[in-house]
Amino acid sequence: MQIGTKAQRAVGHAAVSVRLAHLWKEIKLNRTLYAMLAPYYLIFFTFTVLPVGLSLLISFTDFNMLEFPDWVGWRNYAHLFVRDDVFLIAVKNTIVFATITGPVSYVACFVLAWIINELPPKIRAFATLVFYAPALSGNAYIVWTLLFAGDSYGYVNAFLLKWRFILEPIIWLKDPKYIMPIIIIVQLWLSLGTSFLAFIAGLQTMDKTLYEAGAIDGIRNRWQELWYITLPSMRPMLLFGAVMQITASFAVSEVATTLAGFPSVQYAGHTIVTHLMDYGTIRFEMGYASAVATVLFGMMLGTNLLIRKLLLKVGE
Amino acid sequence: MQHLLFRRKKVSRSLAGDLLLFLVLALLGSFMAMPLVFVINNAFKPINEILKFPPDFFVRNPTLDNFTDLYHLLSNSWVPFTRYIYNTLFIAVVGTIGHVIIASMAAYPLAKRKFPGKSFLFTIVVLSLMFSATVTQITNYMTMSWLGMLDTHWAVIIPAIGSSLGLYLMKQFMEQVPDALLEAAQMDGCSEWRIFWNIVMPIVKPAWLTLIIFSFQGLWGAGGAAGSMFIYSEQLKTIDYALNQILAGGIIRTGPSMAATLLMLCVPITIFVLSQSSVIQTMSTSGMKD
Repeated sequence: MQIGTKAQRAVGHAAVSVRLAHLWKEIKLNRTLYAMLAPYYLIFFTFTVLPVGLSLLISFTDFNMLEFPDWVGWRNYAHLFVRDDVFLIAVKNTIVFATITGPVSYVACFVLAWIINELPPKIRAFATLVFYAPALSGNAYIVWTLLFAGDSYGYVNAFLLKWRFILEPIIWLKDPKYIMPIIIIVQLWLSLGTSFLAFIAGLQTMDKTLYEAGAIDGIRNRWQELWYITLPSMRPMLLFGAVMQITASFAVSEVATTLAGFPSVQYAGHTIVTHLMDYGTIRFEMGYASAVATVLFGMMLGTNLLIRKLLLKVGE
Repeated sequence: MQHLLFRRKKVSRSLAGDLLLFLVLALLGSFMAMPLVFVINNAFKPINEILKFPPDFFVRNPTLDNFTDLYHLLSNSWVPFTRYIYNTLFIAVVGTIGHVIIASMAAYPLAKRKFPGKSFLFTIVVLSLMFSATVTQITNYMTMSWLGMLDTHWAVIIPAIGSSLGLYLMKQFMEQVPDALLEAAQMDGCSEWRIFWNIVMPIVKPAWLTLIIFSFQGLWGAGGAAGSMFIYSEQLKTIDYALNQILAGGIIRTGPSMAATLLMLCVPITIFVLSQSSVIQTMSTSGMKD
């Protein structure tokens, strides 16, 4: 018995060391590849992985940035879901927001990129610029505060009054009923960003011979071409776009605070990220803010896994 | 070949479809171009039109006053104005070039080679995209002070070089490069470096041209956001910080502020147009063939 286990252990050790030796050999074999990875990952670990790891740790503490953090276990998380009513409003708003803007903007990014790709090359760059303009022009969405100004001089109010749709001006950005829809419209308008350009570049790198082969194989119109050829070969970009749109639609905050103010009336424009900023940059409760960030991270991750499964079905 | 192309055109493109697509595009386009039109119009408005109530969308009597006012405001600043421009350009150019090269270099093995630790290295990059930057800023500040990088341009540049977006984008594009091409190059005795630089990078040119836009745009505008946190010395500050200081002078400076917004926008737009038109050119000259 004793001897048997000893022998087994020895064999186990041998197996482990063989595996390690094998691993080492493979690493040495691929040293050029690791040299290529090194500069990027050195920076990435220092300035991304380390802070994220630290903030995961901090989410279990009470940390005001002056004193050394106190370990409090799950208290921040319990507090978030049980006692913080405003957080639950923020979660609700964020989910409503993301389920509308996420899919719509994702489809819009692709469809517009595809339409632009059908244009003659000369006007393609111009059309791309026009559609990318909101994302390119930084905080130009301030122009929307003019459109939705609450007095009779706001463009939307003036128009509606003139055409007798309403009798008195609507205070758009101070009315909980309208805040959410307006933020959604503005965010959609801004959303032709990273994924849109990535799709355009993706359509440019497509293998043109695939289309010729498709025409021979009986592809009859541009819709079939889109579904059976373009979409499947764009899958890497579609995945990339999905991650970008998910993070963008869950992380909405700046537009909400610019348009609806902070805090917004009855928290109608309050999202998870505005909640996070409230605790992180105003109240300096970093432990609590980190817990909010972790919850948000979990939500994005779950959505992303779901989308990934759906995208694998494209073109079947 | 000619015959094939012609047939494809005839089979898969209908006039009605073309018209419909064009209409959709024109309608949406006029809606999307609004902010640019707005900024351009406001930059040329005289002060009485800017303060006019109700505001007009379009300018009536265009003037260059806003630009001359801006020039006078800037020439009085404490640090010579060109210094701010230099700082911004330095951060944006070094950061963009560094990010494109270093992220692409790391993306190549992840997309095209097998080695231990590959899926782990890639997964954490994608995951990191989903973590809010607000909370990591504090810990980044601590790291910077340990490394002695505070109050230098590198505090903005280095994290930008290692940002997740570029690696993810480049990796997804490099996956499409046909394996046969790389194998052929290997047979011919190309080193991994040569394959990466001379074969893969030219094929994914549209991808890195696009990445240049993202990176430059981010550093040009938000160099100030990260900059205001990590850089204190006045002579190291960026142009958008300087402009904000000058333009915080209240409503009477709205005009120069609009002029400044327009001038600040010109640079990213130029980069955008240059890069997009060469994205489209690459495609017409060199088809990617298996």
